[in-house]
Amino acid sequence: MRRIAIVGAGLAGFSAGQELRRLGFDGDLTVIGAEPHRPYRRPPLSKEHLLGESDLSLRGADELGAAWRLGRAATGLDLERRAVLVGEAAIGFDGLVIATGLRAKSLPEGTALPGVHFLRGLDDARGLRREIEARPRTVVVGGGFIGSETAATLRGLGLEVTLISGRPVLRSALGAEVGAIAEAMHREHGVEVRTGRMAGVSGTGRVERVHLQDGGTVTADLVVAALGAEPETEWLRGTGLGDGDGVMVGADGLVAPGIAAAGDVARWPHPLHSGRTLRIEHYANAAEQGAHAARALLGGIGPYTPLPNFWSHLYGRRLQAVGFTGADCESRLVAQEPGHRFMAEYRHRGRLVGVAAAGFARAMPEYRQRIAQALAPVAETAEGPPDTGVVSGGPTSQRADERAG
Amino acid sequence: MKIRVDMAKCETHAQCVFAAPEAFSLDDDDELVYDANPDDALRAKIEQAVLACPVQAVFIEQG
Repeated sequence: MRRIAIVGAGLAGFSAGQELRRLGFDGDLTVIGAEPHRPYRRPPLSKEHLLGESDLSLRGADELGAAWRLGRAATGLDLERRAVLVGEAAIGFDGLVIATGLRAKSLPEGTALPGVHFLRGLDDARGLRREIEARPRTVVVGGGFIGSETAATLRGLGLEVTLISGRPVLRSALGAEVGAIAEAMHREHGVEVRTGRMAGVSGTGRVERVHLQDGGTVTADLVVAALGAEPETEWLRGTGLGDGDGVMVGADGLVAPGIAAAGDVARWPHPLHSGRTLRIEHYANAAEQGAHAARALLGGIGPYTPLPNFWSHLYGRRLQAVGFTGADCESRLVAQEPGHRFMAEYRHRGRLVGVAAAGFARAMPEYRQRIAQALAPVAETAEGPPDTGVVSGGPTSQRADERAG
Repeated sequence: MKIRVDMAKCETHAQCVFAAPEAFSLDDDDELVYDANPDDALRAKIEQAVLACPVQAVFIEQG
């Protein structure tokens, strides 16, 4: 294998490149990224990076010895010619890593007014920060990690913030108990939390109002749309390798001969998940799976069996989670202390499958071990936690991020 | 190999502990403690710890 192309210049793609070099691959490495930036950390985009510019670049990109083709997304994949298409250009490869991550879900039609922002990439965060200077009345739409973190960060700046969430805040990722704690924290800090769905926006030349499906209206100078993200697989159209659910990776770590995938875009059968397929949209997974993809490409690896783990920030509290914590698990608060310190355990069929906590950092590595042990027999008995098949979170990939991280 | 953690940056996300528990752990006060000279055999895990650290506080020292 002399030429390897990595499509996606985020953490997963970067990790794949680093591992390829570490394993001794000394051929041509090309990294293709839609954004004009070299690999950077996405989780801070909804957190401290909204407060001020800081260096988010990942160390080591200069030493990778790669050709960087940045600022233009891959437009196609020619399997016959073994080439990635970027507009008119064709980049031939012997090996390919698909790491294109996620893109923000598009908004309902007619909502593309000035003042309506997404928050997915570095340039989105910069655009948002410029708007913040005018101290706008802000409406954040979406009660997942990105929406929740963005609301908390902007509220921390003293902005008037309304958080509109179709379901209780963070409930789908962390269940009702932890979701209620997060929602209470938002309210305590003066964020107006409203349950509802956005029907559209209106305004003259710029957004002035957000309309809800229940007929309600919220005044807004700035709207942050955090409605979730979906796998970036448009460029794979016609190849049969990817769809709206991501890119399917086999037990050998490959999508097709000589083609691997990693990060938010990759879906694979998880042995701890009774062989059902899932995607993990977390920061640490992007790093780990990127390296795994590199090993798969060079041959000879075992199954990929990570335990999801992520974090999120809320008003100076850091929330950490390990394992499976979705709303379809049974969650129970096992500790709750003043200052929103808490710990919740998640069980499925009586088995411990996850934990989420704030202010209990030291307990996390121990829990991680316990959960891994508790889940280990699952692989053999083919009986795992239920899930929607997406473990989402942070701006991990803002994304990810997330990522939660 | 030699490693270093910038303790001023460390926010105890414990991602390094997850990636390479042989080299990193948290003490009774939730502070990170680590082996500054881990075995070379741990290099892949240490590199994962470097990448997974959300604040990039873990460094592999050259030489």
